[in-house]
Amino acid sequence: MNYIFYLLIVISIVVSAINGKLEDVVNSILSGAELSVKVAFSLIGIMAFWLGIMRIAERSGVVDFITKLIKPIAKWLFNEVPEDNKAIGDIAMSFSANALGLTNAATPIGLEAMKELQEINKDKNSASNAMCMFLAMNTAGFQIIPATVIAVLVGIGYKNPTEIILPTLIVTGIAFISAIILAKLFQKIWRVQ
Amino acid sequence: MSFQSIINAISVWILPLMLIIILTIAMFKKVPVYEAFTDGAKDGFRVAIDIIPYLVAIIVAVSMFRASGIIDYIGHLLNGVLSALKVPVDVLPVMIVRSLSGSAALGIFSDIANHFGPDSYATKLSAIIVGSSETTFYVLAVYFGSVGISKVRYAMIVGILADIIGIVAAIAVAHTFFL
Repeated sequence: MNYIFYLLIVISIVVSAINGKLEDVVNSILSGAELSVKVAFSLIGIMAFWLGIMRIAERSGVVDFITKLIKPIAKWLFNEVPEDNKAIGDIAMSFSANALGLTNAATPIGLEAMKELQEINKDKNSASNAMCMFLAMNTAGFQIIPATVIAVLVGIGYKNPTEIILPTLIVTGIAFISAIILAKLFQKIWRVQ
Repeated sequence: MSFQSIINAISVWILPLMLIIILTIAMFKKVPVYEAFTDGAKDGFRVAIDIIPYLVAIIVAVSMFRASGIIDYIGHLLNGVLSALKVPVDVLPVMIVRSLSGSAALGIFSDIANHFGPDSYATKLSAIIVGSSETTFYVLAVYFGSVGISKVRYAMIVGILADIIGIVAAIAVAHTFFL
């Protein structure tokens, strides 16, 4: 992360100084910072709502039920997490919300899962293997129906926008499986460093 | 059109059904739903505030990167490879921006769709790319930020590699389906 942060900023400044876009880059600092706060604030309401619903799901045993349901897969994916840990249920719910296209719900539930994973994390400053696996699955963006994309296609008068679903599903499936394999692979390699 | 209306109905009903199921189970188990809800919701504000430093770091860096015009240079560099793979040059910004900024990728996709129209290969390929991936940088910043983790270890590399695999897959799949 340190290198990426450094490189993004230094490369942007150097490149823009050469092609005369330095002013744009400087302006983008302010607009970017403003946008970050806007994004965070726009999350407050929906975050509160889903964290509230999740607390109900937790107390009524829904999360435990889901945890038990996916135990066999979870054992392999998150081998360092105790099998009855609530994080597993949260991860499953967040993932389902993502897959169903409920992005607004997926983020708060996913953050709840991160909180659970952080509680059993040994080094609080550093990502655990379980977190890396969870986020690898998450950044692959597995989604059954790409609703936003379909909405844009409908908007331009695309005759059969649902024909995009199958190819998209194949691609996201490939990326998703690769992400899991890569995370498992790096879990073994990274330990050395 | 009927398949599409089924899909529309599903996406409208998933959320309400989830709410009904969770709330009904809770009532049966005598969970005080109102109290449990407000108790959980309290965390919403704290989480949103906690992620601000991480969001500022990532969003500012990405905004600078996009404003610098470097994406055009990468486009020129990759021109040869792209034309060999029959990838329209205009789709390249979507590929690069997809992992960095979700709203920007969607914006560029809308431009392409409106400019090239429904029958173009550029529209179809960029639709697949945008629909099949997540904004890796944003997800990592928000999720790790919410628990105060700055050492992300291999999560970033895995995310980027998976995105690259996804783009290669998108090119291959779009090629078989639409060319």
